[in-house]
Amino acid sequence: MSLLRPYGDTTGDGMVQVSFTLPMAHSKVAEGAAAQLAEKMGIQPALVVHAKPMGPDFTFFVVYGPVRHLVDPSLVEVVERDYPLLTAKEVNARVKSTLRRRLVVVGACIGTDAHTVGIDAILNIKGFAGEKGLEYYRELKVVNLGAQVSVPDLVGHAIEEKADAVLVSQVVTQRDAHLLNTREMSAAFREAFPPARRPVLIVGGPRFDESMAAELGVDRVFARGTTPVDVASFLVHRLEKRAS
Amino acid sequence: MTGKLDLDPVLVRRARVLARQVGRPIVKLARQHTTVSVERATLRLAGLSGADPDGTPWVNRLADAVRADVGLEHGLALPVWDALVRGEGEDLLVLAQKAAAGSVRFRLPDGRDATRAQAAARRQVGAGIRRIDAQRKARERLIRTMGDAPSQPWIYLIVATGDIYEDIPQAQAAARAGADVIAVIRSTGQSLLDYVPEGATREGFAGTYATQENFRLMRAALDETSRELGRYVRLTNYASGLCMPEIAALAGLERLDMMLNDSMYGILFRDINPIRTFVDQRFSRQVHARAGIVINTGEDNYLTTADAVEAAHTVTTSQLLNEFFAKEAGLADWQLGLGHAFEIDPDVPSSLRLELAHALLARELFPKAPLKWMPPTKHMTGDVFRGYLLDGFFNLVGALTGQGILLVGMMTEAVVTPWLSDRDLALQNVRYVLHAAGDLQADFRPLPGSFIPARAQQVLGESIDLLERILEHDRGLLDAIADGTFGLMRRPPDGGRGLDGVFRKAPAYVNPATDLLEGTA
Repeated sequence: MSLLRPYGDTTGDGMVQVSFTLPMAHSKVAEGAAAQLAEKMGIQPALVVHAKPMGPDFTFFVVYGPVRHLVDPSLVEVVERDYPLLTAKEVNARVKSTLRRRLVVVGACIGTDAHTVGIDAILNIKGFAGEKGLEYYRELKVVNLGAQVSVPDLVGHAIEEKADAVLVSQVVTQRDAHLLNTREMSAAFREAFPPARRPVLIVGGPRFDESMAAELGVDRVFARGTTPVDVASFLVHRLEKRAS
Repeated sequence: MTGKLDLDPVLVRRARVLARQVGRPIVKLARQHTTVSVERATLRLAGLSGADPDGTPWVNRLADAVRADVGLEHGLALPVWDALVRGEGEDLLVLAQKAAAGSVRFRLPDGRDATRAQAAARRQVGAGIRRIDAQRKARERLIRTMGDAPSQPWIYLIVATGDIYEDIPQAQAAARAGADVIAVIRSTGQSLLDYVPEGATREGFAGTYATQENFRLMRAALDETSRELGRYVRLTNYASGLCMPEIAALAGLERLDMMLNDSMYGILFRDINPIRTFVDQRFSRQVHARAGIVINTGEDNYLTTADAVEAAHTVTTSQLLNEFFAKEAGLADWQLGLGHAFEIDPDVPSSLRLELAHALLARELFPKAPLKWMPPTKHMTGDVFRGYLLDGFFNLVGALTGQGILLVGMMTEAVVTPWLSDRDLALQNVRYVLHAAGDLQADFRPLPGSFIPARAQQVLGESIDLLERILEHDRGLLDAIADGTFGLMRRPPDGGRGLDGVFRKAPAYVNPATDLLEGTA
């Protein structure tokens, strides 16, 4: 593919539109400052088409103009996730056809960690970032054990509920507690289950490194910004792989 | 305004009778129980505040100590004030500190000791109730002297930085830009904390902790801005989650003006135990009634988790139940900000007509309630331009159906927490639509028998069917909640969080707060 410029109404015109706020009162100088910013962004000439004061200290601008930069799609690098992102409907349908029953997810914060923010964002129907949690998925049965669950308790519940997957959230990272707890947890599951029967182990939290799964003995690590659909899609992907 | 939909008055009456039948056993259940949070709220009304060096509130420390000695089924008032009368501590704070250190033993007094303890508790809790009364009068006086919101709907804007000291200038800026109501969103996860954090807080997750000090700071700042603007700017927070009764009490004490407060939200969306929720609900609504606080119910949540057309009748059903529970707790019509939302998929044909039908149904069923009209969230995609148009239609439906409280929709919903410019653009949208529409609602009257009245009648009919289905269960609403009648969530009465904080009241149960709020004292 060749080099590209943005398209307004003519090939190669490079037209873009941006809007932003500057923390200054509206004046001719403010409009000039907006044009200056746009030009530094590569828009030249910058056309300040709209400037509106927002209170005494801020001004909102809309700027149009041609951008001088080119883009080269052949140089774009993307990190592909190794499983496709599904919609809630697709997750439900594929769980149904793979398992012929509801998929059981047991979730908890382990150790002394009382921060259920993460596990609740993923599990509670209320969800996170406008996305519903796993409870919302008809074909998922969610058992949220809440905070400060001990590892033996978690294993016990996983056995009792016949869990297909276990989700553990760790927010507190003092003295690497999140890593120690996770290793303890994965070891306990390896001891309690034969490899083929062991639930899929997933750990998540804001300070985890996604590449550490093998080292921690879990199937997947999710880091900051993970939403329920990421987790649901991964579960489907992993269980389909297991079933095949 | 009434009579635009030709609703059959017999059906409307039937809907209310059914709601009462569904609600009554729940009220009975609520009267038979108390919870740790109701008891702690009583201590807060009596003036106990602050926390130990670990941040555990003194009300929790004292309640836990009493619970360990004598249980909570008799309430906290008797054992706590018995200990004070016995001279175990000169005041509640000292008593709580000694109890935390394990140097006080609590007992259940009887005879004259019980009478004395009860009288002492009444005096002290009564002072808290009087402070709530004084705050209500202060609100009324401020509205009289500085003026009220200029028109309806009241324009409701959200701030949510996590840091109360950032929230304050944002809230003041929003008020100056035209907001009539400021809501401070709570930190994610606060609803599941079994204590109310203490003091001014500067870090939260996607919101700011509800604390007494944060309430006080924000109300003081908005009082200052109200004076500057010549209109009283209202403040909103959330009486929900495991500490709903305590937060309601703090809201009354610190003169918050509106509180999110839904009869079933915690059960369905937060997996809080149903009995815990209904007991806490009733107490918190009694406090709100006394404090002159307008409640906002959470029906919008039904539409974000289910299809907004298919689930339209669940909104109506929930509104009817919320109305029943609210009135039973002493709230007046003007305090019922019953919720509903503009959440129909814009690709559905005639979605605007459907939205109008649903919004008008709420308006006509609850003619005296200031309905809370919630903007689209589910179908906001990140295409901010399309979102801006959708918000415009949302505002138009609000104008056409006489909504009382309009939560301003943000075109950047689901993209970022609102920027300064997002709020400004959103307010321009609201102002343009309300200004352009003028009193269009006076002219707007769907043809009898046309699409809009037919759809409204259908939704009312479905909501009556749903209430009847609930009544068919052995244990009515409790069983219906347990078997997933509401949305997809199954919430059995012996499940969910907070059940270990629920107690069946003993015959000798005493709670002066409840007595005073119910007017039986």
